[in-house]
Amino acid sequence: MWSSLPSFVAVYPETLLVVVASVMALVDRWITRKAVFTWATIVTALLALALVFLTQGTTFGHAYAADQYGVFFKTIFLLVLFLVALLAPGYNQLLGINFGEFYALLMYAVTGMMLMASTRDLILLYLGLELMSLSVYVLVGLLYAELRSLEGAMKYFLLGSFASAFLLLAMAFLYGLTGTTNIEAIAKALLAANLSANKALFLSAALFVVAFAFKVALVPFHMWSPDAYEGAPTSVTAFMSVGPKAAGFAAMGRVFLIALAAAKTEWTQLLVPLAVLTMFTGAVLAVVQTNIKRLLAYSSITHAGYAVLGIIAGTKEGMAATMLYLFLYAFMNIGAFSVIVLMRRRNFLGENIFDYQGLSKTHPTVALLLLIFLFSLTGIPPTAGFIGKFFVFRAAFEAGHTALVILAVLASAIAAYPYLRIVMLMYMKPPEKEVEISLNPYIFAGLMFAVTGVLLFGVYPGPVIDFARACCTGFLP
Amino acid sequence: MEVALRTAEFPLLSAIIWLPVIGAIILLLLPRRDRLIRWFSLVVALADFALTLPLFSWFDKDFAGMQFVEKHAWIKAWHISYFLGVDGISVLFVLLSALVTVLCILISWEAVTEKVKEFHIALLLTSAAMMGVFCSLDLFLFYLFWEAMLIPMYLIIGIWGGPNRLYATIKFFLYTLVGSVLMLVGIIFLYLKAGTFNILEIMQLGLPYQFQFWLFWAFFAAFAVKVPMWPVHTWLPDAHTEAPTAGSVILAGILIKMGAYGFLRFSLSFFPVAAKAMMVPMLLLSVIAIIYGGIICLAQTDLKRLIAYSSVSHMGFVTLGIFSLEGNAVEGAILQMINHGIVTGALFMCVGVVYERTHTRAIKDYGGLATVMPIYAAFFMVFTLASIGLPGTNGFIGEFLILLGTFASKRWAAVLGALGVIIGATYMLRLYQQVFYQEVNPKVAGLPDVKMREVLALVPMLILVLLIGCYPTPFLGFMHASVRALLEHVHQAAGTTLPISEILKEGLHVVLPS
Repeated sequence: MWSSLPSFVAVYPETLLVVVASVMALVDRWITRKAVFTWATIVTALLALALVFLTQGTTFGHAYAADQYGVFFKTIFLLVLFLVALLAPGYNQLLGINFGEFYALLMYAVTGMMLMASTRDLILLYLGLELMSLSVYVLVGLLYAELRSLEGAMKYFLLGSFASAFLLLAMAFLYGLTGTTNIEAIAKALLAANLSANKALFLSAALFVVAFAFKVALVPFHMWSPDAYEGAPTSVTAFMSVGPKAAGFAAMGRVFLIALAAAKTEWTQLLVPLAVLTMFTGAVLAVVQTNIKRLLAYSSITHAGYAVLGIIAGTKEGMAATMLYLFLYAFMNIGAFSVIVLMRRRNFLGENIFDYQGLSKTHPTVALLLLIFLFSLTGIPPTAGFIGKFFVFRAAFEAGHTALVILAVLASAIAAYPYLRIVMLMYMKPPEKEVEISLNPYIFAGLMFAVTGVLLFGVYPGPVIDFARACCTGFLP
Repeated sequence: MEVALRTAEFPLLSAIIWLPVIGAIILLLLPRRDRLIRWFSLVVALADFALTLPLFSWFDKDFAGMQFVEKHAWIKAWHISYFLGVDGISVLFVLLSALVTVLCILISWEAVTEKVKEFHIALLLTSAAMMGVFCSLDLFLFYLFWEAMLIPMYLIIGIWGGPNRLYATIKFFLYTLVGSVLMLVGIIFLYLKAGTFNILEIMQLGLPYQFQFWLFWAFFAAFAVKVPMWPVHTWLPDAHTEAPTAGSVILAGILIKMGAYGFLRFSLSFFPVAAKAMMVPMLLLSVIAIIYGGIICLAQTDLKRLIAYSSVSHMGFVTLGIFSLEGNAVEGAILQMINHGIVTGALFMCVGVVYERTHTRAIKDYGGLATVMPIYAAFFMVFTLASIGLPGTNGFIGEFLILLGTFASKRWAAVLGALGVIIGATYMLRLYQQVFYQEVNPKVAGLPDVKMREVLALVPMLILVLLIGCYPTPFLGFMHASVRALLEHVHQAAGTTLPISEILKEGLHVVLPS
């Protein structure tokens, strides 16, 4: 009788996360030592990571596949979960949001992302996306006593709902054309039917572009992101600047490179102008920001613009480049956010960039760490940021997008200024006020982990490059 | 033409590059005791300099290929290797970098009093990156060092510089970054064409002219900013002027040589056909730099700014020599790079010496220093004359060889370039007269003469000025074989050139799909 049930091996990691998250959300009331939740999250993240590497196969009638492509993205998500669990406790305690639900919601969001990365069916992709988005909407509004937190959550929710609607519409068109929601079956049907000039196919591709552009914040669909980033608790901002973005790219890879491979020219010609616009707008608007969370929001818009180059390239190499980029971006961006978290005191936001003035004098080690993260975001060797940029530029160049790469490098030169400005304030101006930092063992461990990643993968990226390539081998022909 | 390799038994170049890095890491862990930090850095720099001496004595001058080669696989996924080696073109720069580092620590002994630890860490890291640039035979490794150097240099100018340092340092960083990223596009292209980052293999690539043309300009963007060539020189006066003395010395001594070195190592050997075709525009830009830089110098009222602009003029001679593509001129250009590093470095040190005492750089605040500081005046005199290119000093040998070679290949360029020598004499002698002669300015009356530490820093420079000036043979001997091989490679390269209009049309076609 049991043999007639499908094998659930492929979803073991996701099951683990959901179970632990649900238990944590339930028992929060009776547990006063909130450190338990932090530890539970860290241990679960590591266990799930091990399971991700151990499990293989498909389930639910081939709608869900624990394949290599998914493994890489799940590694990114769990890495993000791990780093955020380390940076969150001190900060959350300060703001009174260090409860089980916070970690539970993080885990639900990660589960959603994992579904998006491993799905082979559009419906499941939509479910994963909604699970992720709803969890993150709540996380953004967690500080509901603060107006900006509410505002951010509201904007994110409203615009995100539109994006979801676009996604559903795009799927509907595709279903109408092919009669299936299975990604591989769609690809085959589109190729067989020779629909390359079909208006509905173009419309579907355009709607997919819009929906994903919302999720990864490509200009002009980025409007929600600076407000949501600024309003959200910083621990959540750190999470959403990498996690949902990477999940969006994972889904883009599945949809554009596999399902819509037949419509490649269509979605490429839509994505190219978006990428250019994103890189330049993000870079230019970051220049004028004085709130560091907003600044990093625009910077993360620019970085999404670089990461999308790999998708535009449309090759195996390009997908590997985007994956590597997101992996490395997790280290440097969460590292930078960890420093911002350090600055927060009870009555002091520590979000204005002038709060960082003279930090090298008062807290030389913290300043040095932020310096390394910022130069990595700028893309200066020998940091990981350079390796990531090099790989995406190379892949896009190889695919023949010469002009795009030239524009991208010029945008990266403009994008350098905001980061340099913070370095300048930290190192080249005298301190104006007494700044205290709130260091705890968790965040210290997180910072060390992140900085090690940034420097190690900056000089020795070989193994991760091989890993990213290997993960794409089975995914794309 | 294959480039021969001679593998090193002992990883000497690695030791030279990584010793300062290790020193910097240890410095990070040392307590904040300024004396300890200074002495430790000095010992590291001296040890590094001592390590470079075997290069000088073991270098085989008759061997045109790469020597002291080390090669290990590094990032296999992209065929990147850790590939080091020096030839006659680069070996002298490694020596000069090590020497300049030692001198920079000496002259910063009292000038830098804030964040001493950070300063010395930045200095040692800069030094390591500089030597890495000159030793790399892998394009990726080269770019890594080339860009990595920006970080410590940005901090050196921005933290320990003068009043207007923030503007200067951002300008420096952004100018260099824009140039570098364009080169990065060129590097990616070369890599995709050649399938390797190995510089020696890319040399053999023999790309068609339309590729060479675009790549030449992509690399030009990076190198011209570093040199700096007219019209992208405007970051240099600001950076030089605002940088602390050690920063100015590194900028003048090594950093801007990296651009000229890049032209020799990459532009000429990778894109020989384009280099030959672009000879006239390059010579024209060089001549403009020589004359324009010289004339601007006449109008300067700030000591450091004047010397900074004189760098533009002197580096114009260097690019003139390189792009005249003639044996003597190229050797002269390499020698002139070394000379300029020594002389301008020394002049910045000299300015640093009085700046520490008076805290002003305005020429009008000085006067009659020859009676107040006679020993100092003597040092300054020698360096001034070397900068002008008086026979008997190193400047003469370099400029003479450059003009000699250029005369043989493009007569008009040599004639116009020679004008620069006259302008050079005018502004340098005028500077010397205003600062050292005339009546003693009350602001400088009673200043103490140079100290032992300062003399120690200046004497090696003085010796080199006179040694190269009177007996340049050993130094030129390093270059002969390598320069001859390089020029042979350039002149043998065959390829049909196309009119620019056609290339632009074709380029537009590639860039704009359909």
